[in-house]
Amino acid sequence: MSQVPATLFDKVWDSHVVRKIEDGPDVFFIDRHFIHEVTSPVAFLGLEGRGVKVMFPEKTFATADHNTPTINQHLPVQDPLSANQLKALETNSAKYGISHWGLGNPKNGIVHVVGPENGITLPGMTIVCGDSHTSTHGAFGAIAFGIGTSEVEMVLSSQCIMQPKPKKMRINVKGKLGKGVTPKDVTLYIISRLTAAGATGYFVEYAGEVFENMSMEGRMTVCNMSIEMGARGGIIAPDETTFAYINGREKAPQGAAWDKALAYWKTLKTDEGATFDKEYTYDAAEIEPMITYGTNPGMGMGITQHIPSSEEGGGSKASYEKSLQYMGFAEEDSMLGKKVDYVFIGSCTNGRIEDFRAFAAIVKGRKKAEHVTAWIVPGSHIVEQQIKEEGILDILTEAGFQLRQPGCSACLAMNDDKVPAGKYAVSTSNRNFEGRQGPGSRTMLASPLVAAAAAVTGVVTDPRTLMA
Amino acid sequence: MAYDKFTVLTSTAVPMPIENVDTDQIIPARFLKATERKGFGDNLFRDWRYNGDNTPKQDFVLNNPIYSGKILVGGKNFGSGSSREHAAWAIYDYGFRCVVSSFFADIFKNNSLNIGILPVTVSPAFLDKIFTAIEADPKAELTVDLEKQSITIVATGESESFDINSYKKHNLTNGFDDIDYLQAMKGEIAAFAEKSLY
Repeated sequence: MSQVPATLFDKVWDSHVVRKIEDGPDVFFIDRHFIHEVTSPVAFLGLEGRGVKVMFPEKTFATADHNTPTINQHLPVQDPLSANQLKALETNSAKYGISHWGLGNPKNGIVHVVGPENGITLPGMTIVCGDSHTSTHGAFGAIAFGIGTSEVEMVLSSQCIMQPKPKKMRINVKGKLGKGVTPKDVTLYIISRLTAAGATGYFVEYAGEVFENMSMEGRMTVCNMSIEMGARGGIIAPDETTFAYINGREKAPQGAAWDKALAYWKTLKTDEGATFDKEYTYDAAEIEPMITYGTNPGMGMGITQHIPSSEEGGGSKASYEKSLQYMGFAEEDSMLGKKVDYVFIGSCTNGRIEDFRAFAAIVKGRKKAEHVTAWIVPGSHIVEQQIKEEGILDILTEAGFQLRQPGCSACLAMNDDKVPAGKYAVSTSNRNFEGRQGPGSRTMLASPLVAAAAAVTGVVTDPRTLMA
Repeated sequence: MAYDKFTVLTSTAVPMPIENVDTDQIIPARFLKATERKGFGDNLFRDWRYNGDNTPKQDFVLNNPIYSGKILVGGKNFGSGSSREHAAWAIYDYGFRCVVSSFFADIFKNNSLNIGILPVTVSPAFLDKIFTAIEADPKAELTVDLEKQSITIVATGESESFDINSYKKHNLTNGFDDIDYLQAMKGEIAAFAEKSLY
């Protein structure tokens, strides 16, 4: 019997539908649920109000990350509201029997960093979290996306959410990436082509040589940013790179369970002849180190280019001009040489070991520019440990940088890591929205290499000019 | 959490003709520290609405007394960004029951439906007509009829239909939520979980 060719996305989605509602959403089963301190408390209150228990506490994992300090984590959290929120996560987790990696726990870190690095994230899973960058986990061939607090309550109480099945898009990038071009540049390039809303309503599969040759860290960066073009998530077919990454991690299957899982994982790919609602193909040679100049992630360009005019920029002229005015930039400006006040490397987008290796490669033998404030924030304690073991910390210290403690930090600036009004930050995070990194802050999104080049020169600099 | 039933809403509207209104504008992250759902309306559009010294920004639409109502009309790609349901809570808490745009970000749309705000997607041309009508008369009313799935500019009678699936429509009309539905099928979910690989 011949089967209809299916996409990877179809295979995982369809195998998790508990019930189909006519002219309504699917009742969708969730294998792994991550929670953090910010979007979970009201969900737990909801459970209490209804007198309902957590249906499968062993499928939910809690970590504190969004609202945590990145210095002096051994001391009590100063801000009473933040302390209260962290306490609520701890209390709720204990009450319902949910694993909790709070502040100070050696496994603690950003939810989308600790899930994969501990082998909780596996191919073929459905994964949700009250955080839009849950799309990160799609790098493993999982369907992973962000949900709201009402849905967090649904998962806690019934292990399901109600979701209409998204449409399918495939994005192919062919060829080989040039010098100084990283996964972050690939994703900023794609978003600049599709716009910040270009994939809304779709789930994206990334395919082609560039992704096949990419490390798991790089794939996570790409899938992470899927939401920034409006897609619910991104997914990449698992392969030998994926299996090698997972093998041996703490919560990954072992022995006979590993063999069984592996056999299944190898079936997780898009069949020949399967169709997508939309498909785009790009050439890796067209991509250079990227930087954003506006207030949404679609407003990005190659670092040697000039800021597009409002006609070229697309969208409404008024919104485009409002955005450039906020940034203090003008149409046709070059970004090279623009002054940088702050540099942030970290976040669920670029807070993994490979990102710090890249940063250190540029920084090595140079000094931090005097006027630049740099926040170097590992994605987890495990990453922090790697930074120390690999000698990266020595390079950073020698160059005048300090390493902070793990957390979301200046990506969303819920804690004290805020960029002051009017100041410019080159940031490896995911959003350049107005005030995202602090009221009035101006964010330029870029790769760890571009961030490092800015940190040592004090201005926007093409990292290729600093590479051997 | 229970919410008010949505049937027919006739109201003046607040115009916000800006594209890509993201969730960090709707409710900045520093106001997400609460552990209860209350008071978010005070910080709706905080940094567009208030100066650094907490004085109101006079040119922002929510501070302009000629505009009011239970309907917020936004530009394309409204609600992009974060999954924070706090954005929808802030809009609801401020007093809006319906948001109209030519295009919504997915998660924001889901969150709105889940808490009883009706997101109405109209064509770009109809959105322009709404903005024009409000510009001509800030007291111009819109009627949003969920049963008929239509939105009408009362003064001109111009109308357009909008999409919503019948499941969500039923929920909003009756004030039901998804959790009630899921609780009623827990046996089926438990049986499904038995066969799950993970």
